[in-house]
Formats: sequence, C-alpha cells, structure tokens
Amino acid sequence: MNRPEVSLPPYPHPKSLRELFWAFTWLALQGFGGVLAVVQRELVDKKHWLTREQFIEDWAVAQVLPGPNVVNICLMIGDRYFGVRGGLTALAGMLTFPLLLVLVLSWLTLGAADSVQLQGALRGMGAMAAGMIAATGFKLFPALKLNVLGALVCFALVAITFVLIALLRVPLIWVLLGLGSVTSVWANRLLVQTRGARTP
Amino acid sequence: MSITVSVTDWLTLLTHFLTLSLLSIGGAITTVPDMHRVLVDEHHWLLDNQFNSSIALAQAAPGPNVLFVALLGWNVGLNAAGGAHAGALAWASAAFGMLLTMVGILLPSTTLTFIASRWGHQNRELRAVRAFKQGMAPIVVGLLMATSWILTINLGTTPAHWPLWLLALVSALVVWRTRLHLLWLLGIGGLLGWLGAV
Repeated sequence: MNRPEVSLPPYPHPKSLRELFWAFTWLALQGFGGVLAVVQRELVDKKHWLTREQFIEDWAVAQVLPGPNVVNICLMIGDRYFGVRGGLTALAGMLTFPLLLVLVLSWLTLGAADSVQLQGALRGMGAMAAGMIAATGFKLFPALKLNVLGALVCFALVAITFVLIALLRVPLIWVLLGLGSVTSVWANRLLVQTRGARTP
Repeated sequence: MSITVSVTDWLTLLTHFLTLSLLSIGGAITTVPDMHRVLVDEHHWLLDNQFNSSIALAQAAPGPNVLFVALLGWNVGLNAAGGAHAGALAWASAAFGMLLTMVGILLPSTTLTFIASRWGHQNRELRAVRAFKQGMAPIVVGLLMATSWILTINLGTTPAHWPLWLLALVSALVVWRTRLHLLWLLGIGGLLGWLGAV
C-alpha cells in the first residue's frame, strides 16, 4: 500500500514540527498509567490525523517491534509526516516534559522516603499498577482467538510463557528466541496450509 | 544507600539496557523481570523498594511508562554517589545513570523501528511478516501476565500482604471490565496505602 512520504494524505495532518511536538507533549501529559488510550482519543478521534484502521495497523506493528509501544507509534506517525526529523520531534515531545515531571516527583518524595505514609501510598499505587498490566493482557485475549495457531494453543502458550518467566525466572532472551522462533515457524506452516486450502 | 560503581559497571549497565531494548517486545515493561534480576539480584545496585517505587512513580505520573527506566538509572546514579546527600556530585551521577539507561533502552529499538516499520509496511502481506506477528502474540500476552505477577509478588510474599494482592486483582478486573479512568485506581491505591490499610 502507499506510504505517503512526499504527498500528504487528504485528512487533517500536523502542519509543522512545532505542532507535532506540542501535540505529543499534550497527549503524554494526559496519560496516567499509560499513554496508548490517549493516543487513540487525541490523534484518531479528535485530530483525525489517523483513521481507526491506520491506528490499529500501526499499533500491531508497534507492538511486534521491540521498544515501548507508544514510543514506536509516535516515531511512526512523526516519520510519516516529516521523515526522521518528525519521528524524533514526536519522541522529544512525548518524553521531555513527562521526564522532568517524574524527576521532580522523585525528588519531592526523596526527602520523605522514610515516611511510612508515603511508602504505603507507593505500595498501594504499585499494587494497582501491577493489576493494570494484567488487564492489558486480558484485553488482548480476544485477539488471540483469531490467531492462526488456534485459541487453545495460544492460551497454552500464554500459560507456558507465564510459568517460564514468572515462576522459573528464565531469562527473557531465551524465552523470546527459543519459544518465539518455534511459534513463528509453526504459525508460518499453518499460514501455508490455510492459504493452500483457500485458494482453488 | 551507597554502592561502588566502577567504569566496567557503568558499561555493564549501558549494555544491559541496549540488549533489553531489542528484547522489549510488548514494551519496556516486559523486560522488568530481567532488569530486576540484574539490578537488584545480581549486582545489588538498587534495593527492592527503590526498584518498585521507581516503577510505581512512573506509573503514577503522566507520560509513557518507559520513564521508569529513567528513574532506575537515576537511582543507580544516586546510590553510586552515596545517596542524595552528596549534593551536586549526586545530581551529576544520577543524571549520568539516567542518560545511560535511557539511551540504552531507546537507541536500538528506535533505530529498528524506523527501518522495520517502513519495510514491514511495504511488505505486510508477506507470509513471514504475518507468521512473526501471529507467533509472537501469545508470548507477548504471557509476558504481560508474568510482569504483573512479579510486580505483585515484589510487594511482599508473606500471607500478611494479602490486601495488596487483592488490590492488584481488583485493579486488573476493573481495568479489564470497565472504562473507569486509571487515575481513580491509582488515587484509591495511594490513599489506602497512605492510611495504612494495605
């Protein structure tokens, strides 16, 4: 498909690097506990820089690539409009002010690090944040039902990955390289078969 | 906390995050178990509570969650200088630690994203691209579950910590099933913790 790098698409788009920078700063500052939901609300629903379909597609690629998903997606969007300069500008927008804010927060809580209340509050927020990450996983379950590997195999793979990483503490690289290459090759074989079955 | 960090150690820190960058499929958060293994278990550069509060703070603050990596580097730097009381030296050391971890976690993945997203977009009908996406999907979900588990367990493993486990479970169900703003949950969790209820 066409990936416009010279001609801009007909729907609204950022007009300058400055606009791109502040757009990403603004959406990053709204994103508590994760930015992805805000990316969709701001860029798809409000600004219409992306269609919903483009967003889903970009998100799939951003998720498969290593690196923080929202960082990848802001690089891809910036890159589409202004090339590498655009990607880096969007990244700078997303990181600069939130980084300063986090450092200030860290500094403010440092003097009170021994405070029982503050430790308690961080512990409570930590428990909530841990739960949110599991919820992100739960929300992806429906997508696995459409997976070529089949729903049952997918759920078994989720369980195997969980046991390897969480319980046996196997280093991540071995799980990704070992298990990941097996499942990718397997998925490839299944794709060959389904294609063979579908085409007359 | 005070630790000694040699030039080799700084290099180890940088290369560890450079490696994790390319492994962080599904986000930097999926590499948390490995960061914990190296920073806390193997090298003792960070205390368990420094590790956890870095993640909790970055989650509580607005912005991408990857900023917890900046805080990890910042805290390693602070520890290396003997704690925040060391003044300007501590700030410089902390900033240096933060620079190493952030450059480490972002440089390889950013470079790869520029190259691969252009290539992948042009070849997205290719069977190998689809097979990779489909094959990795269940593993990514499993990693998210494992990350959630490890963060919960790190809060405490004795039976007395059950209110925290319950809180994590409730949070997972609420975020999964409702559209309640995440800020409410963080606020409630913070308040319950502040009052000593969990």
